[in-house]
Amino acid sequence: MHRKISEYIIESLIRLSGFLVIIFVFLIFLFLLRDSLSLFRVYRVGEFLFGRNWLPISEPPKFGIVPLLLGSIYVTVGAIVICVPVGVGAAMFIAEVAPKPIKHILKSLVEILASIPSVVLGFIGIVWLSPFLKNTFNLPTGMCGLTGSLLLAFMALPTIISISEDALVGVPRTYKEAAFGLGATRWQALWRIILPAASSGIIAGVMLGIGRVIGETMVVMMVTGNSPVVPKSILQPLRTLTATIAGEMGETVSGSEHYFALFAVGLVLFVITFMINFIADSFLRRARK
Amino acid sequence: MSVLIMLIFAGCGEDVDPNEPVGFIQVKGSDTIVNASQKVAEEFMKDYPHVFVAVTGGGSGVGIASLINKTCDVATASREMKPKEKEMAEERGVFPNEFTVAYDGVAVIVNKNNPVDKLTIEDFHKIFTGKATNWKEFGGKDLDIVTLSREVSSGTHIYFKEEVVQLGKKNSREEFSAQTLLLTSSQTIVEEVVTNEAAIGYLGMGYVSERTKALLVAKGSDFYPPDVNNVIKKTYPLSRPLYFYTNGEPQGAVKLFIDFTMSPKGQQQFIETGFVPVGATVASKD
Repeated sequence: MHRKISEYIIESLIRLSGFLVIIFVFLIFLFLLRDSLSLFRVYRVGEFLFGRNWLPISEPPKFGIVPLLLGSIYVTVGAIVICVPVGVGAAMFIAEVAPKPIKHILKSLVEILASIPSVVLGFIGIVWLSPFLKNTFNLPTGMCGLTGSLLLAFMALPTIISISEDALVGVPRTYKEAAFGLGATRWQALWRIILPAASSGIIAGVMLGIGRVIGETMVVMMVTGNSPVVPKSILQPLRTLTATIAGEMGETVSGSEHYFALFAVGLVLFVITFMINFIADSFLRRARK
Repeated sequence: MSVLIMLIFAGCGEDVDPNEPVGFIQVKGSDTIVNASQKVAEEFMKDYPHVFVAVTGGGSGVGIASLINKTCDVATASREMKPKEKEMAEERGVFPNEFTVAYDGVAVIVNKNNPVDKLTIEDFHKIFTGKATNWKEFGGKDLDIVTLSREVSSGTHIYFKEEVVQLGKKNSREEFSAQTLLLTSSQTIVEEVVTNEAAIGYLGMGYVSERTKALLVAKGSDFYPPDVNNVIKKTYPLSRPLYFYTNGEPQGAVKLFIDFTMSPKGQQQFIETGFVPVGATVASKD
């Protein structure tokens, strides 16, 4: 009897926690939606979504998010292109190739990498990486999308490496043994058998990494130059959605048009991350089948 | 740590003389004068050990917004409050009271290897609106100009936009060119100018150092460097007042703080951080 009651209590507590998460997400969405809609009462949705000028303090202000959206996309895509091959490659090395002592050292180094505060990376970006890129590519300024992409790739690496490595190690030994038994070389077994078998976990790691990249604020605000221009290349200064919110939130009077516009930017960001997670989820489910 | 504990108990300690002023003042706003405000606050706290003054930057816009949102006691600003902001303040029951605390020149800095030494306001206008894009046009090297600006929360940004980008015309709709880099602090502008030969940026003259070159500026034909004397004489064209704002008539600890800021001892802190005290300007008029 006693046991039943305590079990019931624990069960309902767990259920409550589960529901709470859903409720929180829903409330955040509602909150963002409410304040964003206040903007659209005075500012047209079309001009917000397709406007090419972000001039929040001009008279009249212009809140076109095309430059910000493209800025975020450029930086994120750049970071993915850099960090996915490197991250998965490093995970493969740690999981299957590296001898034991090196493996342990690498694993703890990856953990240290994850604990570097983003503002420190931003500092390195300003002082060292941005002048370096400026000289290497002969750019007018090193404060550009690529600087942000590189640093963000660096930040996403630990996530991608640890989760991919777990996935690779989790592949049953029998797979590998069977491959060797059929005469596969070590590389063939790794590339053709183990990697595909671990693909769902690797995709999950990559998606989590992307989630970290697109939401990161401090680094991009420090090194990308923040010009609200529609970017033509990743070697140009650009401004991201996150940096705009962080850079401008402090000076807005609550309840003003600018304040609501920043909430609308937040809503756009929320919808993007929601979509990424949704896609990742459907991929994972397909991989499991 | 011990300081922190002292602060926590400062308000409720039994050893405090009941006549001694006690309180907490939040000062927020302009990055241009954040160092000066910090020094004033430190000196003030030496005289009134039971009043704690917290100074934070973020930009004039941040200070004014928090005054309106009632999250600070004194807003510091390197520009005047806009009519729209005053309107918003009054709607929320805040009545901004303005104090001119010092004067400042906005310096325009370039890399030390840049051969250009002086430019007119008209030249700056062309550069920052993107009408002129190469240093060649001003007798410099064949390099694309990289324009640096502060974020929109900065009072200096707004001052520069009104005086240079829009040339002081009230009905002008001109904007900084979209290529302009919006950097988060005056210090970041200095760092970029130090490493980039093609960069040009503006900031309060308190930030001018040996590592960069401040340009001589002319409105008509005479060029002047940004220094204390030229700001006092108003010959430097980009001179401006700096303000403290309070909600209504300052009272209690806030009044003490404002009085201290305007006193010779308070003004001395502005001189030491590279600004021009209020009295000096008045004196030069005679």
